Amino acid sequence: MTGSPTKSTVAAWLDERLGWSAIKEFAQHKRIPLHRHTVWYYLGGMTLFCFLVQIGTGILLLLYYRPTAEAAFESVEFIMTDVRFGWLVRSIHSWSANLMLFFAFVHMFSVFFLRAYRKPRELTWVSGALLLFLSLGFGFSGYLLPWNQLAYFATKVGTDILGQIPLIGHWLLTVARGGDEVSGATLTRFFGVHVAVLPMIATFFLVVHLAMVQKQGMSVPIGPSYQNTRTMPFFPNFALRDLVGWTLALGILVLLASIFPWELGVKADPLASAPAGIRPEWFFCFMFQTLKYIPSHVLFMPGELLGIIGFSLGGVALILVPFLDRRAAREERNGLMTAIGCVVILYMAVFTLLAYVR
Amino acid sequence: MTTDDTKTPGGAPISRRGFFDLALGGGVIALLGAILYPLTRFVIPPESPEAVASQVVAAKIGDLTPNSGKIFRFGKDPALLVLTKSGEYRAFTAICTHLDCTVQYRGDLERIWCACHNGNYDLNGNNVSGPPPLPLTQYNVTVRGDQIIVSKA
Ligand code: HEM
Ligand code: FES
Repeated sequence: MTGSPTKSTVAAWLDERLGWSAIKEFAQHKRIPLHRHTVWYYLGGMTLFCFLVQIGTGILLLLYYRPTAEAAFESVEFIMTDVRFGWLVRSIHSWSANLMLFFAFVHMFSVFFLRAYRKPRELTWVSGALLLFLSLGFGFSGYLLPWNQLAYFATKVGTDILGQIPLIGHWLLTVARGGDEVSGATLTRFFGVHVAVLPMIATFFLVVHLAMVQKQGMSVPIGPSYQNTRTMPFFPNFALRDLVGWTLALGILVLLASIFPWELGVKADPLASAPAGIRPEWFFCFMFQTLKYIPSHVLFMPGELLGIIGFSLGGVALILVPFLDRRAAREERNGLMTAIGCVVILYMAVFTLLAYVR
Repeated sequence: MTTDDTKTPGGAPISRRGFFDLALGGGVIALLGAILYPLTRFVIPPESPEAVASQVVAAKIGDLTPNSGKIFRFGKDPALLVLTKSGEYRAFTAICTHLDCTVQYRGDLERIWCACHNGNYDLNGNNVSGPPPLPLTQYNVTVRGDQIIVSKA
């Protein structure tokens, strides 16, 4: 940028002190390859947009929310009915949370099928997988905060599973719940995790994730047809396209929040029976449904334990994908990986659907 | 003039590019407005339907000894009931006119006193020394049976 004399003086002044041109170079060197899969490069940005919306609306909700068993439900009710645009802010927070997880999953699978995790982007993938787990943590901890009947029981079931782990299970359960039972103490803990612990950790990994993407630039799929494709500068060309997408996403969010404002349900009552049709949020459903199908005992093991071990191994495998796929690291296609990805998507889709139709 | 140019109703030329710049700029401003308006409305808390009491039972006969005072709640604010040495009840707002601290009755000074910056009011609520700029608002006191009732003047 040549611009006006003052502008270049300021730039020179900053450059001497901060290495401005290096920062500018870092911001501007990235180019977006243009090919028939370019559209998938928007998905991470969409997830990022939802995350930013979560921070904004989350801070707003904090102005009125009260994290105690006595006041939580009433404070959310107050937000929904008395605070001007409170219904909108809360509904956007809930919808954007769900969209964020949806986009994170689509982003992950697109990155998976395009083999964008292969050398040198292994750590970008690892940080992404951690972000996905953190996002699930946001979903789980946030679900309890309105302190309604559904959330209460979902949390009871969700934390109960921890207790099945041998040796440390009971300890884990007590730490998660702040006692033996889901109570006001659980709510206060989940609140702290949801608004302080997870945002801090997630922001850290997000910065790492984005810095690596920025440094390495976008990967192109394996194969000769993707070599030497045309490119476009990320800044400003692609970033502006991102912005158009974000504006569209904001419109959709507001539309969803207005047409389907988020339900509040009835206040949690620890002495009431669990309502029929209880199930966790959709992104946990495939695991929840799987646990339902595992018999109560498999060989010498309780069924839940088997389920937990299975999903933990699945999580570890997810993190290790770039290191398991040795062929992609050599720039070779790997049909087995694609097949595994398809099976996993099919399994998740079918089991999620089953949780809704049964 | 190029073929891109058209005329506005006023006759001034506006280029195609100018038109799109205007539309984009207007759109961005409208979008920002649509975000900022609900945001500011949300941040301003709704009025709490706090009962705006016009009278309240401040104390019972015998609660106070002469030359003492008592803070009571009047609506959502604190107020001060004083029983003077001569046995007369008086009531004031307890909110200091300086910086909103809650005042108290000092028997040793026979004055209403604010601890925050050593403000003094006499028994008519007049600010007599220290930083308070205005007198304390006085309320009416009536005694009905054994109830001391305070009402807004
Ligand atoms: C909170 C969640 C996440 C956010 C906000 C996020 C954000 C982003 C953004 C903005 C990009 C650059 C644009 C793009 O490729 O779409 C990106 C790239 C990438 N992400 Fe994520 N991401 C998240 C989760 C994940 C997950 C769950 C994974 C996989 C486990 C992942 C793996 C990657 C990889 C490997 C790239 C590089 C893609 C390439 O170079 O083509 N990310 N991410
Ligand atoms: S607030 Fe009472 S004297 Fe300053």
